[in-house]
Amino acid sequence: MAGRTLSVSTFTGISAAALVVALILAALLAVISRAEWGGGLTAADWAAIRFTMWQAALSALISVLLAIPVARALARRHFRGRQVLVTLLGAPFILPVIVAVLGLLAVFGRSGWVNGLLGWLGLPEVSIYGLQGVVLAHVFFNLPLATRLLLQGWQTIPAERFRLAAQVGLTPGAMFRVIEIPLLRQIVPGVTALIFVICLTSFAVALTLGGGPRATTVELAIYQAFRFDFDLGRAALLSVMQLVIAGSAAVAALWILPEAGFGSGQDRPVQRWDARSGLPKALDIVLIGLASGFLLLPLWAVVLRGFVGLLQMPDTVWVAAGQSLMVAAGSILLLLVIALSMAGWIATRARGSVEAIGLLGLSASPLMIGTGWFILINPVLDPALLSLPVTALVNALMALPFALRILVPRLRDTVQDFGRLSQTLGVRGRWLWRWVLLPRMAPQIGFAAGLTGALSVGDLGVIALFADLERATLPLQMYRLMGAYRMEAAAGAALLLLAMALAIFWLCDRGGRHLAGT
Amino acid sequence: MKYLALAAATTLAASAAAADTPELVVYTYDSFVSDWGPGPQIEKAFEETCGCDLKFVANGDGAELLARLRLEGARSDADVVLGLDTSLIAAAKETGLFANTEVSADYALPIAWTDATFAPYDWGYFAFVHNADLDPPSSFRALGESDLKIVIQDPRSSTPGLGLLMWVKDAYGDKAPAIWNGMADNIVTVTKGWSEAYGLFLEGEADMVLSYTTSPAYHIIAEEDESKAAAVFDEGHYMQIEVVGRLAGSDQPDLAADFVRFMVSDAAQSILPTPNWMYPAVMPSGGLPKGFEALVAPEKARLIEADKVPAIRDEALAEWLGALSQ
Amino acid sequence: MLALEKGLIVQGDFRLEAEMRLEPGRRYAVIGPSGAGKSTLLAALCGFLPLARGRLTWEGRDITDAAPGERPMTMLFQDNNLFPHLTVTQNVGLGVRPDMRLSAEDRARVASALERVGLTKHADKRPGALSGGQQSRAALARVLVQGRPLVLLDEPFAALGPALRNEMLDLVQALVSETGASLVMVTHAPDDVRRIAQEVIYVADGRAESPVPAADLLDNPPPALREYLG
Repeated sequence: MAGRTLSVSTFTGISAAALVVALILAALLAVISRAEWGGGLTAADWAAIRFTMWQAALSALISVLLAIPVARALARRHFRGRQVLVTLLGAPFILPVIVAVLGLLAVFGRSGWVNGLLGWLGLPEVSIYGLQGVVLAHVFFNLPLATRLLLQGWQTIPAERFRLAAQVGLTPGAMFRVIEIPLLRQIVPGVTALIFVICLTSFAVALTLGGGPRATTVELAIYQAFRFDFDLGRAALLSVMQLVIAGSAAVAALWILPEAGFGSGQDRPVQRWDARSGLPKALDIVLIGLASGFLLLPLWAVVLRGFVGLLQMPDTVWVAAGQSLMVAAGSILLLLVIALSMAGWIATRARGSVEAIGLLGLSASPLMIGTGWFILINPVLDPALLSLPVTALVNALMALPFALRILVPRLRDTVQDFGRLSQTLGVRGRWLWRWVLLPRMAPQIGFAAGLTGALSVGDLGVIALFADLERATLPLQMYRLMGAYRMEAAAGAALLLLAMALAIFWLCDRGGRHLAGT
Repeated sequence: MKYLALAAATTLAASAAAADTPELVVYTYDSFVSDWGPGPQIEKAFEETCGCDLKFVANGDGAELLARLRLEGARSDADVVLGLDTSLIAAAKETGLFANTEVSADYALPIAWTDATFAPYDWGYFAFVHNADLDPPSSFRALGESDLKIVIQDPRSSTPGLGLLMWVKDAYGDKAPAIWNGMADNIVTVTKGWSEAYGLFLEGEADMVLSYTTSPAYHIIAEEDESKAAAVFDEGHYMQIEVVGRLAGSDQPDLAADFVRFMVSDAAQSILPTPNWMYPAVMPSGGLPKGFEALVAPEKARLIEADKVPAIRDEALAEWLGALSQ
Repeated sequence: MLALEKGLIVQGDFRLEAEMRLEPGRRYAVIGPSGAGKSTLLAALCGFLPLARGRLTWEGRDITDAAPGERPMTMLFQDNNLFPHLTVTQNVGLGVRPDMRLSAEDRARVASALERVGLTKHADKRPGALSGGQQSRAALARVLVQGRPLVLLDEPFAALGPALRNEMLDLVQALVSETGASLVMVTHAPDDVRRIAQEVIYVADGRAESPVPAADLLDNPPPALREYLG
């Protein structure tokens, strides 16, 4: 359309996108500037690249394949506590790696509950360690995300289609072919690619549950280059490889990703007339039960381990919790400024492919970004002074792709519906945001803010490279406790962290909906 | 930006107030300075005598500390670096950033200390820690032949992991790959760092975990729990010696040298053992804390000379990767 | 006076030529077959579509490139004339000041406009709580406070029943008479034309004709219009 569309935030949007690119590139260039070029990538590096792509692809595929029936069941069932369940199911995504791994091991480990049960039944024990463990952990982290994304997609199917389907009496099978497959074809590639990108930067999970150096990922190779070999050239090269792989996946994904992807966050079941009784219903109930068990049992283990430790936590944990809250608040603010500006730009463009920029932050190695910025900041200022702001910024960048997926479709709709009215009235600039866009998008903003805050609280991120004694976040303090043999106190800190992350998510999500009056 | 400006202003104000007292900046690893580490006590004790302001800057572990120094180069604010270990000394000296310090002390180390740049302040033996009711193997070979499950750390990301690598290499030389092959099916998994491995062990994921002979001291002293023990191996035990050294670019060279000497003095040495869970480098006048006497004492101490470490390290890593990647 | 000289609007393959002068205080109907470009014409006058060629002036001043909000006109669309998240008062208030910083005097204007359209009792409701007719009245109250010399209607009352629609048209006619504004209204119904329009702009075959007196045209339609009217 050649029409004069409403300009929401083209200039600030482009500036924000440029800022994101600059933040990543500056870090990369800073690392390269200090590199002494040795050789290129070694055979071991290529093996790491292959393994990384393989485990990420497998994890993404399995997460999505399992998420489809779960999302379908959640989409067509309405039950008490469904809302709480959907919120809780989001928790694995925001847990610090080590906490999640210990939770998983309590259930699936050598002396975990599953093997305990198998032993009691006289069955042989199963081992979690190996590729299966890597995939299991990644599915644990990402199944909720995939389910949530798919659930949003399901809710974009207009109620009329289901009415029509009920009128002509489609069988569940026919229903799946006629209505649901086209939907999945639209959404699945994008979700798969997003999870693929998340799994690309996996390091500790892959190593610990992969059972050893067989499971060396690119991120571990970067870590080795920095720490073991101090070969900054190779570290930069590996970082670029990681960006290229993730970038290709991201661009491919956005090409296919439907605009109505992450959607409105209303999260209400569509009224449906199919699958109301008998086998499908039983199947749905079993599926929801299995998924809940898989996701909630390890969380339950985290809660159980943490209760004892809560009383043993030193005061510094509370200080760190306070700092983490500040970091989370900072992340949310930064994210909203960046994401809303970018969304305002993207939503008024015909094609949304520039959204790929948003994925840069997620696909860049945190170690590379941290080191790069350390190199840049160090000559000017004491890096410890900036540890909390830098952590907040890096966390915001990581949350950016999710936030854009949540915000852009709604903003696009708003501009389409009310752009001309706003133009007629001359409502522009900040008044446009104040009176039109922000109130229209309150639920989405709340959802995006909650996700960012929760992610930020749980992320160890780059803080370890910058922090000093006074400035430590809760995840860092938890690691410090573990490093000092104080495992129980650390478990208490982990429980506190889980509670904080869920509370932040819940508050923001609720707050947004409350403001929107729904 | 407000935060930045505020932070800068606070720092300026603070440093203006403290302008008359010299500031000594000591880089160290994270766990040294945490509230439950030795840092706070060391700081208090040194500041009582030095008439200075001691400022600890913490950074990950020893290897990350060295990486940070390399990134900062001669511009570094650090006057002293505390917490490198014997496997990092060669790489640290190669940077040319360190200055020699004259230190005289009656070291209680199993080996003779001759390095002129760094002074040792504490040390320990790497060892496999297990539950006391387990009958542990007495060598790597026996371990490889047993059904016991162990958790170790990745030498690429962890100091104990690297220690184990050097331990096996020093004990077995060319036969190290065969030892690793033998142990491959005992290794449940390899973790990023010590905390993960020890956590897995406490969760019951493995029978033994790579740690230190001094680890049971924590459980005995802090938790009154005598259920953990360290296995003694016939091959002898590889040592980790943690060292302190001062930087050539320091603007407080005398103060820095004083601090290095302070770290081997009785004042510091009597603080160190409990919060750091390592042996003191010089026997404190009051002897070892109660509980340490219950620890096992290996008969043979192993350590590869610092300048030979880099070459051996790379070869050993390749062997380790080869054996465990199959 | 609004003058469009040698105007050309291009939208993909679609082209519409237009030439017209709209006098103050007159009421114009825009009629023509479906898809002829009636809404497109209004969108171009309002500034939502750029002119590919030609010039638009208001009292001699060139406003060809002016932003929609800076033109001497306001428009009611087929839908989305009110923000659903704002109250009726807020919606009307935006017509007074786009930044909503209303003085006591401004608020009095809003209140009297609401009184004029009979919505005083509903001032604090959101549009969702109003009937279709009440929503139209709220939108008209906003048009009233905007006080622009030109009011453009793109079939805003199409979804209302016949009686209600006539009521709205009468209200529109009364309002523009009170304010002295010109009215440009897209419609399909000859009855609407007879009811309020003084002149007709006939849009067909890629051309928007200059306005002609409504009665003449309807009593004596050219063949194409006759076919369209049926």
